[in-house]
Amino acid sequence: MLTRPLTRLGGKTVSIVQEMGRMLLFLLGTFTWLFRPPFRPFQVLKQLHFIGYKSMFVVILTAAFTGMVLALQGYYSLRKFGSEGLLGSAVALSMIRELGPVLAALMVTARAGSAMTAEIGIMRITEQIDALDTMAINPQQYLIAPKVVAGLIGVPLLVAIFDVVGIYGGYLVGVDLLGVSAGSYWSSIESAVEWKDVYGGILKSISFGLLITWVCCYKGYYTRMSAEGLGTATTQAVVLSSVLILVWDYFLTSVLL
Amino acid sequence: MIKLVGVEKRLGGQQVLNGIDLTIPEGKLTTIIGRSGGGKSVLLKHIIGLLQPDRGEVWVDGVDISHLKSNALNEVRKRFSMLFQSAALFDSLTVFENVAFPLREKLRLPNEEVTRRVEEKLEQVGLSGMGHKFPAELSGGMKKRTGLARALIMEPEIILFDEPTTGLDPLMAKTIHDLIIAMQRRFRFTAVMVSHEIPEIFSISDWVAMLKDGKIAVMAPTAEFQQTTDPDVREFITVGGTVPLLVNR
Repeated sequence: MLTRPLTRLGGKTVSIVQEMGRMLLFLLGTFTWLFRPPFRPFQVLKQLHFIGYKSMFVVILTAAFTGMVLALQGYYSLRKFGSEGLLGSAVALSMIRELGPVLAALMVTARAGSAMTAEIGIMRITEQIDALDTMAINPQQYLIAPKVVAGLIGVPLLVAIFDVVGIYGGYLVGVDLLGVSAGSYWSSIESAVEWKDVYGGILKSISFGLLITWVCCYKGYYTRMSAEGLGTATTQAVVLSSVLILVWDYFLTSVLL
Repeated sequence: MIKLVGVEKRLGGQQVLNGIDLTIPEGKLTTIIGRSGGGKSVLLKHIIGLLQPDRGEVWVDGVDISHLKSNALNEVRKRFSMLFQSAALFDSLTVFENVAFPLREKLRLPNEEVTRRVEEKLEQVGLSGMGHKFPAELSGGMKKRTGLARALIMEPEIILFDEPTTGLDPLMAKTIHDLIIAMQRRFRFTAVMVSHEIPEIFSISDWVAMLKDGKIAVMAPTAEFQQTTDPDVREFITVGGTVPLLVNR
């Protein structure tokens, strides 16, 4: 009787390790196909349009309000120490180092990641992936590799847009509404932000782009053959991607700082 | 020639294939019949390497494909096409693009040549002028015909048909059967079809095999198959064949 929970725990642990192994093999397989011809630049552009361009609206909206609320909170905190002039650097550093990469990645997960899982999952259920196989076209090369490349390119670009819009959102509230001087807002950014902050943000966003496309494509590719299975796969993809983004962000930040 | 030797497969804790020994004659239409859920589609997927057997071998012209790596398997698959039960059309592409897909991906032909070949195939399956439609706008029969055109476009040596008439009305089923047999007689490809359509399949098949309990119970030329004394096969084909008589009464 005592061994039953242990057996269950052991079984669960083994299945988690197996799943992780399968995920790693899926990623390695995709990378292998990435460098083999035929190359499909049009497919990459199509995915870039889907992941990047179509996510712009939600990213810009999130960035503007994040920058605005950051300026609002930052202004009242800094005013207690008479340092309102540092508002620009506070907003910019928060945006470039943390909020830009993390929030943009979470938005891409919610908008494009879930759609990727659903699309690939439906293709699996309706045998479209098997059809590719029968035509001697590797589905990982045709379907997954362009999405991964688009994620690696698209997410950093979205993060760059997020950072710029967020800083301008902060400017709008800090300078136009709360009366911080425009000169001190920009000059504090210029003096506080270093290349390594920007570089760290880019590095994070590239790794998040890989993480989102990897997890979401994997979950769709190996979805169970039912509508319920597809729903579960989509939920798991979004939850796992979001959690991994936050966990990976912590580890990357601790290395970069 | 396609040859399966002692193929076994277990799926979801159930023994689906239990020692399949089967030789598919070249240039002929062989139909595999059997009960629903009996493993006919699983067998078909083994022939094209979509599934690997737990035990046994699958030989395609002297090559055992059961343990081939991805690249080598793709080389063998270039000789195949498959018409899926659901047609498996790419829903984001039009009928024309679906049929053109293998040409564009595998042969990289100029656009004029692709257009010529696709329109020719669409005409052969009776879908002229339907190229602009998306799969969601098609009836079941039109989807199957599009799938058939896509399967034929590369002029493969072997075509697998997974229940090509399931879900279609009798007239449309006959149209699809007539198309398959007309194409097979014209291009002389090796055809393997999984079907429940008894007695219709007897008029189009060269060979018939029956799958029972994960094994091939009987395989013979069609006329000989219809005379078999195996009681299970007799029961299966008689029930299928007597339905129209019951309706006529």
